[in-house]
Amino acid sequence: MTPKASEGSRELSVQKIKDGTVIDHISAGYALAVLQILGITGREGDILLVAMNMHSKRLDKKDLIKIEGRELTTEEINRIALVAPKATINIIRSFKVHHKQRIKIPDEIEGIVNCANPSCITNNERGITSSFTVTQRNPVTLRCTYCKQITSHNQIIDQLLGKS
Amino acid sequence: MTFNVKNIISIADLADKDILTILDRADKMERLARGGKQSRLLEGRILATLFYEPSTRTRLSFESAMLRLGGSTVSVAQVGSSSVAKGESLADTIRTVESYSDIIVLRHPQEGAAQWAAEVASVPIINAGDGAGRHPTQTLLDLATIRKSQGKLEGLNVAVLGDLRFGRTVHSLSYAITRFTDKLYCVAPEGLELPPEIVMDLQGQDKEVIQTGDLQGILPNLDVLYVTRIQKERFPSPADYERVRGQYVIDLSLLEHAKPTLDILHPLPRVDEIAPAVDKTPHARYFTQVFNGLVVRMAVLDLLMEAQKA
Ligand SMILES: [Zn+2]
Repeated sequence: MTPKASEGSRELSVQKIKDGTVIDHISAGYALAVLQILGITGREGDILLVAMNMHSKRLDKKDLIKIEGRELTTEEINRIALVAPKATINIIRSFKVHHKQRIKIPDEIEGIVNCANPSCITNNERGITSSFTVTQRNPVTLRCTYCKQITSHNQIIDQLLGKS
Repeated sequence: MTFNVKNIISIADLADKDILTILDRADKMERLARGGKQSRLLEGRILATLFYEPSTRTRLSFESAMLRLGGSTVSVAQVGSSSVAKGESLADTIRTVESYSDIIVLRHPQEGAAQWAAEVASVPIINAGDGAGRHPTQTLLDLATIRKSQGKLEGLNVAVLGDLRFGRTVHSLSYAITRFTDKLYCVAPEGLELPPEIVMDLQGQDKEVIQTGDLQGILPNLDVLYVTRIQKERFPSPADYERVRGQYVIDLSLLEHAKPTLDILHPLPRVDEIAPAVDKTPHARYFTQVFNGLVVRMAVLDLLMEAQKA
């Protein structure tokens, strides 16, 4: 048996979902952050499987989430990208992978997060959308197009988790 | 020579050749800047100065530059207190002001404001300070002063002295001058050194950054000494300030070690970093910087208007 298949079979031991989304290869320790970004509390009543710090070929360790009854939108996938840049998204229909989506961090990001610099024009002017160039991909670090200041990975996560 | 620049937002946006084009044009503006024959280069054009915080020197320099070129100016000197902008967004104010003008000079306390204005405006925007300390015409006038006096920018030994940590004109100049030179001397009191990220940026571009406390030791090598003010507020106690201040005063006895062609620059206003006796020596360039500010702003106005016509 190839290592990939054995990895797969180990995942299969986790319950399958019928319709929904599997988010795989989340950076280890970030599954709960991803859930919070998606606004999932576990009290929705649908099946929700969360596995953390699993062994992985591609990453040293990884987290995995299976969400029954919800297909993620592109906007949601982009938000996840900032926290878990190597995640893969599988949309499941009738127990089968309907399509896969590898997260791709674009070179430029508009909106989603705010510039960390409080005196940046984007935090003080109506009708302006935050805009960044990605200076580092893993972990994601952003440079504001306007004030040129860096918004760090931790600042991004704090914002997406509603801590600032 | 093509000058395809639409706005002057930051020095980093300008290619080396654009900087040199501006400096060349500035040289040609000198005669007009001294008065005499009235220029009609920008006749019929209107410059709007839109200042959200006061900076009388900069505003006067731009307005004088426009008048010397035969243009006219309108001015909103204290936007905060005028009805133009009570609670109005910068974008809306820009859209209003551009209907009255052909070019806008903006000073604004928020970082990135000038770039935002440029995205909104259909007329050229010149950044006259936007909180981040980006103030490109200041850096251009420093370069113009150095080039005019030394005859070149390439290969010069330039030292920056004083508050290198918070002094933002120094940051901008450090990046700009090392496009043309391969090393930079930095002399600063402890705690006010050039920020490490700037040092790393410069080293990443294969520039040698020589950080030293020994001004007298490096002085004989220098072609240019750029002095900035060390502010009392930066120090934990008045005693700390007094101790440091004395170490870095430029006076005649220090200058005995200097090359006869050394140029001393200072963005003004100065307090007592440079002894008044130095003013009369051929080293003093800080008063000509003011005049160079005028010619550089004339050059920028003329080039931007010309680029827009093309
Ligand atoms: Zn910003």
